[in-house]
Amino acid sequence: MKLARFLLGRIASLVFVLLVVSLLTYAVFVLLPADPAQLACGKPCTPERLQTAREFMQLDHPWFQQWFDFVRGIFTGRTFGTGGAQFTCPAPCLGYSFRLNAPVTELILGRFPVTASIALGAAVLWLLAGVASGVVAALRHGTVIDRGLMVAAITGVSAPSYLVGLLGILLFGFTLDMVPVSGYVPFRESPVDWVWHLVLPWVVLALLNAAIYTRITRGQMLEALSSDYVRTARAKGIGESRVVTRHALRNVAIPITTLFALDLGGLLGGAVITERVFSIAGLGALLMDAVGSTDVPLLVGVTVFTAAIIVAANLAVDVVYSLLDPRVRVGRP
Amino acid sequence: MSLERSDELVDPPTLRADGVWRRLRRDRFAVAGGIVVVLYILVALTAPLITRAAGVDPYTYDLASLDGRGAPAGGWGGISSDHWFGVQPLTGRDLFAIVLVGSRASLVVGLGATALSVALGTVLGLLAGWFGGAVDWVIARGIDVLIGLPALIFMIAVGAVAPAWLPRLLLLVLIIGFFGWTTIARVVRGQVMSLRSSGFVRASQALGAGHAQIIFRHLLPNLAATIVVFATIAIPGAIGAEAALSFLGVGVPAPTPSWGRSIGDAVTWFSVDPMYLVFPGAALFVLTLAFNAFGDGLRDALDPRTSRHSRRDRARRSPRGSGRTRTRDQSPRGAVA
Repeated sequence: MKLARFLLGRIASLVFVLLVVSLLTYAVFVLLPADPAQLACGKPCTPERLQTAREFMQLDHPWFQQWFDFVRGIFTGRTFGTGGAQFTCPAPCLGYSFRLNAPVTELILGRFPVTASIALGAAVLWLLAGVASGVVAALRHGTVIDRGLMVAAITGVSAPSYLVGLLGILLFGFTLDMVPVSGYVPFRESPVDWVWHLVLPWVVLALLNAAIYTRITRGQMLEALSSDYVRTARAKGIGESRVVTRHALRNVAIPITTLFALDLGGLLGGAVITERVFSIAGLGALLMDAVGSTDVPLLVGVTVFTAAIIVAANLAVDVVYSLLDPRVRVGRP
Repeated sequence: MSLERSDELVDPPTLRADGVWRRLRRDRFAVAGGIVVVLYILVALTAPLITRAAGVDPYTYDLASLDGRGAPAGGWGGISSDHWFGVQPLTGRDLFAIVLVGSRASLVVGLGATALSVALGTVLGLLAGWFGGAVDWVIARGIDVLIGLPALIFMIAVGAVAPAWLPRLLLLVLIIGFFGWTTIARVVRGQVMSLRSSGFVRASQALGAGHAQIIFRHLLPNLAATIVVFATIAIPGAIGAEAALSFLGVGVPAPTPSWGRSIGDAVTWFSVDPMYLVFPGAALFVLTLAFNAFGDGLRDALDPRTSRHSRRDRARRSPRGSGRTRTRDQSPRGAVA
C-alpha cells in the first residue's frame, strides 16, 4: 500500500514536470523570433498569404492557447485547415511539420528504432564494462591494475565522443577497412548488417560512458567494502565472492541505476552527436534537420518527446529504487 | 543511500590550506593537470602576441598552400615552416593560429558558464536550504524540471532560434551556465541544511544575528571548499558543451576560431586530411583531461574520504564519524536529504 502511494505520488510529480517542460519549450520557441509561417510562406510572400499560413498553422492564437491545443492534441489529435486543404494529426499528436507535410509523431516513430538500436546496444556494453572494471579496480585497490583502470577512466571521461568516433572511423573504417564508415541497416532487413553498421558507434559510446561508471562503481565499492555490514558478513565466515556480490555490489547498484536510467533516457531521446559522426538518420539527425530549417513544430515535438523519455526513465529509477532499497519508500515524499 | 549522503553532508570539507596543499602536491597527476591548465590560460591570454611573433593569424587566406581540390598541399595537412600545424582545407588559414586562438572561446565559455552555474547554484541552494518550506519546494521543482529537459537538445534548439543581435559567446555562456546549476544547488542545499542545525549557527541565531549575517559570516565560509571543488569539476563539462555545440554547428560561428567547430568541419575532410582533426582535437582533449585531473586531485585533497588512500583515512576517522551520526539523528531538520 505504501509502495502504491509512493509511486502514485511520483507519477503525479512527473506529469507535472512534463507539463512544465512542454510549456517552457513552447514558450521559448514561440517567443523567439523565428516565424514558422514566414518560413513556410516562401518567396514572394504576400501579406495575405502570410496571414493564411498563420491561421492555417494556428499561430494567430495566443501562445498559451497554442500550448493548450498542443497538450490537448496529444490526447485527442488535431486537425489543421478545413475542406480541401486539411491535415489531420491523429492522437498522440505532437504537432504537425508543415515543412515535411507529416505529423511529428509519425516522423519521430519512424526514427526512434534507429536511435534505440544505437542507445540500447551501447548501454548494455557500457554497463557491463563499467561495473566490471569498477569492481575489479576496487578489489585490486592501490595496485597497478587499479591505477591503470583509473588513468584509462579519466582519459575516457575527458575524450569527446565525436573525436574518438572520428578517429575510430579513420582507423577501422578507412585504414583497416573492417567496418562500414557510415549509415544504418534496419534489423529486419539484415541482422548481420545491422550489427556491422552499429558496432563502432556502440563501442565508442560504450568506452566513453563506461569510464564514468568505472569511477563511480569503484568509489561506491570501496565505501561499501570498508563498511560495518561487510565486516560483519566477513566475520560470519561468508565467502569473499558472496560478500562482494551480495553485500557490497547491492549497495553499489543504487547510484548506478540512477545514472544508467538518466544516461540511457538521454541517449534514447536522440544520440545527436553520434548520429552526426556516423551519418545515421535517427532522432538526433531529425532534430538537427529541424534546427537547420527552423522547423519549429518538429523542434518542439522532438524536445517534448525526449523530455518524456527522460521523465519515464526517472520513474523507472524510482520503481527500481523502491524495490532495491526499502528506505526510499519511507524516507522520501 | 539517504544515510550515506547525509553522513557526507554533515561534515563539509573545509579550506585548511596547509593540509590541502600538502595532499595536493603529493598527487602528481593533479599537479601536472594544474600546470597544463595554467599554461593554457597563459596561451589564451597571449595568443595574439604569439601568433604575431610567429607571423601568422587565424583569418588570413593562403590559397597557395592548397592543392587543386582544396585540400592542403603536401603531406601531413600542409605542415611547413610557415604553417606549423598545417592549414585549414578550402581556405588555407593557418591551423596553428586557429588552435591557439581557439583556446579563448573554450576558456571564455567554460569559465563563464561555470561562474554562472556556480553563482545560480549557490544562491538557490542557500535559499532552499536556509529557508526550507515553500522556497525549498519551488526550487526543488525547478531542479526537477531542469533535469527533465533534454539539455543538449534544448541548447541546440535555443541556439538555432536565438536572435542574431545576441553575441554567440554570451548566448553560449548563458545557456550552458543555465543548465549546469542543479548539481551544485543540491549539494549546497544539503550542506546548508546540516549547518543550520549546527552549534555555531544556532548560537549566533540566539545572539540575534540576521539572515544575511549568518549566510555571509557562517554559511558561505563553510561552503567555500565545496563550491571550489564543484566549480573545478564543472569547468571541463562546460568546455565540452561548447565544443559539442560548435561541432554541431550551433555554437561559436565562423570565422571565430573554435576547436569544436574545427573538428566539425573536419568531418568532411578527415579521410584526406586527418591532421585537421588531430590538432584541434588534441588541444581540446588535453585541456579537458588537465581540468579533470586537477579537479579530481583537488577533491581528494579537500575531502580525504574519496582519496586513493581512503581506506586508511577512514579507519582513522571512524570513531569520530560514529559520534557525528548521532548528532545528525538528534536534529531531524538536517537529516532530510
